[in-house]
Amino acid sequence: MAASAIEIENNPKFKQLVAARKRLGWTLTAIMLIIYFGFILLVAFDKSFLGTPIAPGSVTTIGIPIGIFVIVSAFVLTGIYMSRANAHYDELTRQIVEESK
Amino acid sequence: MSSLKRLIPAAALAALSTPAFADALTGPVAQQALNVNAIAMFVLFVALSLGITYWAAKRTRTAAQFYSAGGGITGLQNGLAIAGDYMSAASFLGISGLVYASGFDGLIFSVGWLVGWPIVTFLIAEPLRNLGKFTFADVASFRFQQAPIRVLAACGTLVTVAFYLIAQMVGAGSLIKLLFGLPYHYAVVIVGALMIIYVTFGGMVATTWVQIIKACLLLAGATFMAFLVMTKFGFSPEALFAKAVEVHPKKLAIMEPGALVTSPLSAISLGVALMFGTAGLPHILMRFFTVADAKAARKSVFYATGFIGYFYILTFIIGFGAIVLVSTNPAYMDPALIAKGKNVIDAIRGTNNMAAIDLAGAVGGNMFLGFISAVAFATILAVVSGLTLAGASAISHDLYATVVKGGKANEQDEIRVSKMATVVLGIVAVLLGILFEKINVAFMVGLAFSIAASCNFPVLLMSMMWRGMTTRGAVIGGFLGLFSALVGVIFSPAVWEATLGYPKGSAMFQIANPALFSMSIAFIGIWLFSKLDNSARAKIDRAGFDAQFVRSQTGIGATGASSH
Repeated sequence: MAASAIEIENNPKFKQLVAARKRLGWTLTAIMLIIYFGFILLVAFDKSFLGTPIAPGSVTTIGIPIGIFVIVSAFVLTGIYMSRANAHYDELTRQIVEESK
Repeated sequence: MSSLKRLIPAAALAALSTPAFADALTGPVAQQALNVNAIAMFVLFVALSLGITYWAAKRTRTAAQFYSAGGGITGLQNGLAIAGDYMSAASFLGISGLVYASGFDGLIFSVGWLVGWPIVTFLIAEPLRNLGKFTFADVASFRFQQAPIRVLAACGTLVTVAFYLIAQMVGAGSLIKLLFGLPYHYAVVIVGALMIIYVTFGGMVATTWVQIIKACLLLAGATFMAFLVMTKFGFSPEALFAKAVEVHPKKLAIMEPGALVTSPLSAISLGVALMFGTAGLPHILMRFFTVADAKAARKSVFYATGFIGYFYILTFIIGFGAIVLVSTNPAYMDPALIAKGKNVIDAIRGTNNMAAIDLAGAVGGNMFLGFISAVAFATILAVVSGLTLAGASAISHDLYATVVKGGKANEQDEIRVSKMATVVLGIVAVLLGILFEKINVAFMVGLAFSIAASCNFPVLLMSMMWRGMTTRGAVIGGFLGLFSALVGVIFSPAVWEATLGYPKGSAMFQIANPALFSMSIAFIGIWLFSKLDNSARAKIDRAGFDAQFVRSQTGIGATGASSH
């Protein structure tokens, strides 16, 4: 007989899965928010910092690598979540589903 | 000067949308000479896509196949399709045009549009897939009284889709006038007719594959163009930037933020709308039901984030390439504008949205110009199809099958209603596209993104995360968000002053975008009215959380892929 929702919620593995995913998901969300709104606040309050040349005499400003960094970080953070989820959560989920049958 | 001036007041609004180019396209657009290469390539794409539709039609018998391609799309395919939905002609032509006009500001747009995706990955994609079947309303209404939440979600969907559709149609019409030399009305009717064919006959299967092919063509075309640009500068970004600074009238100012963000508050509110609007777009959310399970959903956003981020970096190179290679060539200038004393950036023929198109000709010759033009049009066609399918699903699945028929609709009837809704939406979109030919398109899309962030997103997120939400709280909070977003956009400077022509400073809300406030109102409304709700229904709503939570986390009981 299939387990009820409450029984599954009381399964220690379920608790572990939920806690781990919540911690990772919200941590990564916080990091993304900090990076992005950090960038936006620089745009809003300190345009000239973003306009600083990366080296004396160069036209490339510090804003360019910072902008590219935000784009790349979005991809990297998503990748971190995916690799962690693929490595741990799927197996844990499989076990919970198995035990709930 | 004036084309930029025209762009900037609405820029913040434009930033809310993929079609950032939209505003500039509402200006007077000169009809170009017939471009034979572009038309030939475009006809080729249409023939291919109709072939796909014919193939897909044979695989579109059940409701699951119509709405979600039977759940048989892989993570990579869905990643491409999502990226395709997001990389509209607007983000291609619009961002590169913005980079062309003001340099660094274009990067602010790209960044804002991308950062919503990680949030979707971390918080939404997996539970959404586990709980839903065809529309995001399936998820938002999971444990609640069906009719009220479905009506709310359908309103949120249809309003978002309608504004987005108008923007795309008007964009398509103006673009085709520019690219192919066809009159505006023809263009709008062609887009409407093709989209109706794709969606009614091929459903989600055809819509997805058209989107995938277009995404590949666009990625390949943009890569090739950026590559050709970089070969001219020995693959040194510094050399490219140095030359751009030398020829651009704004000189070094193009290497730092310009006039885009006016006040810190506007910047933050804009950031909120950009980031969370993405997580509430119905045609994007629907894509998560086309994959087999939560794992594939997660994978697909990862791929999509990669493709979109990569694409935005390309548009940055393309924009700078255009500064150097297009603005220095008199052949791309409008002599009338030069005669009026415009600088080389503003005098580009057909507004700065043509920057990427002209660059294709400049680096790759006439054939490549035709290819990029055809891809730009294919892009609009694909995005419009996805939007229409999302709108039709809200009508047939949420309103007809659940609200009108109380969940007892016959599957074939539901599909028939969906197809009828597609035809009606298609015709309405064509009529609105013609009616609103002159309207500020940025306004429309700004509204779409604000509503997605202020109605669809809060209701969806809270329904999945918060045990305490009740039917009443969701409906009141959701409608408050929808309404405040509408009011906030209408009474903003970009609309009240720039579009409706009231005196400067008379707008009630002096910020470019209301999302920071309207989204907060939705969340607070949902929280407050759920807390105050002691009805019998509220008890059922809260009691339903455990079962929903287990399914959202584990996928137990989730709708699987249907057999093919």
